Amino acid sequence: MKGYFKYFRNKFFWFVVTLIFAFLLNFLLPRLMPGDPVAAITAKIAQGSTSIETVKEVYKEYEQLFGTDKPISQQFVLYVRNVFNGDFGTSFTQYPRKVSSIIGSSLGWTLALQLPAILVGWIIGNVLGALAAYVKKGWDKVVMPVAIFVNNLPAFGLAVIMLVIFAVQLKWFPTSGGYGFDLIPSFTPNFIKSVLVHYQLPFWTLVLIAIGGQAIGMRSMSIYELNADYVKYARFMGVPDGKIIGYVFRNAMLPQVTGLALALGTMVGGSLVAETIFSYPGLGSTILSAVMGSDYPLISAATLIVTMMVLAFNFLIEIIYGLIDPRIKAAQSD
Amino acid sequence: MKHMLQQVFHSPKFVVGFIIFMSILLLSVIYPIFVTGDPLVIIGKGTFFEPGIYVNVVDGIDSQLYSLSLPDVAEKRIALKLGATERADMKEWLVAFGIPEADIDTEDTEALLNIWNQNYDSKLRLPGMTNARKNYFARLDASIDNLLSTEGIIIASKDPSTGALTEEETIGQSQYINVNRTSNVKVLPLGTDNFGRDMVPELISAIGTSLKIGFIAGSIATLLGLVLGLVAGYVGGWVDDIILFVTNLFIVIPSFVLLILISYSIGQEQRGAVTVAVVIGFTSWVWTCRAVRSQVISLRNRDHVNLSKLSGHSTAHIIISDILPYVASYVVMAFILQISSGILSEAGLSILGLGPKTSDVATLGLMMNWAMIYSAHIMGKWWAYFPVIIAIALITFSMNLMNTGLDLVFNPTLRD
Repeated sequence: MKGYFKYFRNKFFWFVVTLIFAFLLNFLLPRLMPGDPVAAITAKIAQGSTSIETVKEVYKEYEQLFGTDKPISQQFVLYVRNVFNGDFGTSFTQYPRKVSSIIGSSLGWTLALQLPAILVGWIIGNVLGALAAYVKKGWDKVVMPVAIFVNNLPAFGLAVIMLVIFAVQLKWFPTSGGYGFDLIPSFTPNFIKSVLVHYQLPFWTLVLIAIGGQAIGMRSMSIYELNADYVKYARFMGVPDGKIIGYVFRNAMLPQVTGLALALGTMVGGSLVAETIFSYPGLGSTILSAVMGSDYPLISAATLIVTMMVLAFNFLIEIIYGLIDPRIKAAQSD
Repeated sequence: MKHMLQQVFHSPKFVVGFIIFMSILLLSVIYPIFVTGDPLVIIGKGTFFEPGIYVNVVDGIDSQLYSLSLPDVAEKRIALKLGATERADMKEWLVAFGIPEADIDTEDTEALLNIWNQNYDSKLRLPGMTNARKNYFARLDASIDNLLSTEGIIIASKDPSTGALTEEETIGQSQYINVNRTSNVKVLPLGTDNFGRDMVPELISAIGTSLKIGFIAGSIATLLGLVLGLVAGYVGGWVDDIILFVTNLFIVIPSFVLLILISYSIGQEQRGAVTVAVVIGFTSWVWTCRAVRSQVISLRNRDHVNLSKLSGHSTAHIIISDILPYVASYVVMAFILQISSGILSEAGLSILGLGPKTSDVATLGLMMNWAMIYSAHIMGKWWAYFPVIIAIALITFSMNLMNTGLDLVFNPTLRD
């Protein structure tokens, strides 16, 4: 138990450090750039307004919000306090909506879409990869080329192709949105049905994207394990095949868990872009519209939320990994 | 070195990937030499012209006419104007007008046209029909007008003073022109994009720019990762601690988020293709650094390195001549992957509207971005986005193939 504790403490320490660093980056990067961000924002928001008084007021408001009139250390304290209070300011593009409310409404969509999709894709991909390594003949010839092809298509490319085939040509699914445009979000059977119909295409696209990379990784891990000495030894000893396979795939699985933790950031990034293709009302589309409308507070908040999400799930995966890999306990306890 | 190259070029996977990649690269280099002129010049007034051969109508009338008697002229003409949807629409109008459904046979063209011409009235607005729908039927009626006529079309010229028309020529139904003998013919193999730019030169120049972005980003990332990895691994101590700390941070913070933040902060005006490439390069060196570092640590205490140290060689000399050759194969492979991931990063950024400044260059991501903004995928304008996806997929596929081929050569344990 002591070994586990040490491992968790170490991982938690890193989680906190990266989180602080992510905050710092999110705070510093826009401020490091030449030019006065508040002036730029004011210029954008006051476009078309002729009154100098209004422009001045807008400038004052944002100067106060970001605290650019104070020294940078105080600014950071202010920023962290705002973040912990869930106060990200007011959106430019959807004025006077609060950024936190926009993020709050899109975060759920993204979580509900990406979390199950990555998980399902990871499981299916690993099963297919393991089968490809074990069965080899035929299966390997079919699964691998398909997986390699899917893996080489960019996520948004696959999304566009799926959209064109299943929504535009076959008309099985709607082409865009998270629910029917004529509905108001509520817990009515009609709305839930509409959400489920809209969910299918983005979901299976993301699953397909995840399968590609995972299947390839699992296949090569399994082939490597199948050729390992302990497998040969077990075969000589007459251990039944089923039992050996169990060990082999358990061992091949472990690097896949760490692989998932390390690939999470890239996967989420790709999925966010794929989301925009389906105009899914999640964080991806929020970032897109924020960029289009130069909505600085919204971009800053959305990127911070994405980072925190990735870091949190990364931490979670590492905790799970610690529980399932016996070597962790052994390594930490001595 | 020569032996190694020989071995590499014996790997079928590497060779196939290399050939695909070199063809794409050569295409993007050679094409602009033969087809000079701005690849982004706007030629079409309108969005998304279909792929095809465009013949100037005035030149077509002016050029020599040939009479050909071909059997299925009328059928082809009808097939183009009267597809299954048009026939169904005509039936819809007629049924709404009050014709019994049993009387309408959409398969029999002549009967359908007869019943249509007898009943259709463009002024009539049927109950429940929107104005747009009404206009659609008026257009449909105009396009199928005279579809079955056997008379020719009269070309007339206008007298400038009186305004009277005099017949110049009659073009018969069976007359043809030779496209090769017409002075103004434009072949648009992939049509035009949303701005009316010819897709072919645009796509090729976009491939060139995207490859350039990939090379710049890949070089920066690989060089940075290599140098930091070598220093961290060989020097060790507090230098290693700092570099390891930074790598551990950036490995979990999603680089995509950093890219969004930096690109947005730079601002639309300052964001050229090279700037985007540099930003991508500076956010993607972490993996290379980590891998090089761990390899160097395992090499650091090898006998030949210790021998070199005893002989009094400088640190730089040891790193370059005793350690670098051992990590070189890995670095080449990492470089290839960095190029392809750089191209993908640019595409992802551009789709979010954070790519290079939109007016003066075309990149694969920007083309994709414009196609998506103009909903090319929903309107069925496949030529605006499909070639772009194929181009990206071919580049990444060829790079991955080369990488796998190299992997099989350098890591014999992977060969089955």
